[in-house]
Amino acid sequence: MSKSYYDPADLRKFGSITEWSEELGEKFFEYYNKVFEEGALSPREKSLIALAVAHVRQCPYCIDAYTKDGLQRGITKEEMMEAVHVGAAIESGATLVHGVQMMNKYKKLSM
Amino acid sequence: MSAQSLRKRKSALADPVRQLEYLAGGMFADGELPTFKEKLKKHGMDHLRPGTLEILQINLGYMCNQVCEHCHVDAGPDRKEIMTRETMEQCLEVLRTTGAHTLDLTGGAPEMNPDFRWFVEQAYAIGVKDLIVRSNLTILNANKKYYDLPEFFKAHNVHVVSSMPHWTRGKTDRQRGSGVFDRSIQALKVLNSVGYGVPDSDLQLDLVYNPAGAFLPAGQQDLEKEFKKALLEDFGIHFNQLFTITNLPISRFLEYLIASENYEDYMYSLVEAFNPAAATNVMCTNTISVGWDGYLYDCDFNQMLDLKVDHSLKHISEYREDLLADRNIIISQHCYGCTAGAGSSCQGTLA
Repeated sequence: MSKSYYDPADLRKFGSITEWSEELGEKFFEYYNKVFEEGALSPREKSLIALAVAHVRQCPYCIDAYTKDGLQRGITKEEMMEAVHVGAAIESGATLVHGVQMMNKYKKLSM
Repeated sequence: MSAQSLRKRKSALADPVRQLEYLAGGMFADGELPTFKEKLKKHGMDHLRPGTLEILQINLGYMCNQVCEHCHVDAGPDRKEIMTRETMEQCLEVLRTTGAHTLDLTGGAPEMNPDFRWFVEQAYAIGVKDLIVRSNLTILNANKKYYDLPEFFKAHNVHVVSSMPHWTRGKTDRQRGSGVFDRSIQALKVLNSVGYGVPDSDLQLDLVYNPAGAFLPAGQQDLEKEFKKALLEDFGIHFNQLFTITNLPISRFLEYLIASENYEDYMYSLVEAFNPAAATNVMCTNTISVGWDGYLYDCDFNQMLDLKVDHSLKHISEYREDLLADRNIIISQHCYGCTAGAGSSCQGTLA
């Protein structure tokens, strides 16, 4: 057993979750793979969205996976960093927009 | 960029035997990953066997004006191995007497062989259908004596296939050396100006993309779209097709994988991406590779691993297609590079 909660080598074992629940595991991967197919959005656009979400969720496996996926697709480091900033902007916006709630409550409680 | 070849640096990995030991060891020795042989067997293939000869791929020598980080040939200015005119004559004889429709000249920088132009003229006179020169582009502006090569290519209907790892300067220069991107762009413009790769021209200019790092190439068509758009918008450059080629874990690329601690993950990626459809179409089934000294190999990669064909006839001077057809292709774990995903060959994807 690893001494750390996250082991980079675990990423390539992701598929093994199916071993303990074949039906659900297979349904998940089928869905997952379908999501990333060419659709109204290109696989390249989807890869950048995945990278941004990976950062917002702070999932080290996903960050490794979608940095590599981006490299494979020829996505530049400038594009990747912009995607991370989009994630960060939405995250900080989500924090700051709650400031309105704080302001509302402040006003309600104050004479 | 490594300034020198493995051989010049006296690296242990300059020895193909060491490379093969490395590829046979580790995860493949302890059973964590299947060997290529085991993988083939699992998919009902006991061996890879050659089919009809279509492509004669000739390595004119290991000398090169560049020292690229990923080079599987370990080519460079210090390499002196060069094919002689006598061996070229023997290759031409095979072209005349077999049904091979494609002559694929590679190196090193094939243009640096002193008999390069003579050889192209002879092959052109024979009437080979597709005469490919794999040019690194920068050779075309490396020295005054090469400046007229685009015109020479045009006069002999040469199909130019050139390496271009990315449409941005940074990635290209990191893989191939400082200044390579600008000089490649300049060479592409010259090739376009004589009619190569431009719309409504028969002069073929294809680009080869291999990843600048420890990852596999994504879809050939998607990348071609990106390359075409960027090169046209930024530089007004046209080309015909983009071939994506997977870097095989040998020679300088193997050294890079080990040094950057990417070897295990890279091999996992290759094995996971094994595609049986690509395995049935690998280029060793329709190509023979000839070394600078005339010895025969199943492919250019086996050539660099010094794995001569598994047959009593081992030299181009004794080439017999009917007899050589009766052999097994020599395989090791590097072969996973040609069977990953959509497959990989000198002509791009396979499946």
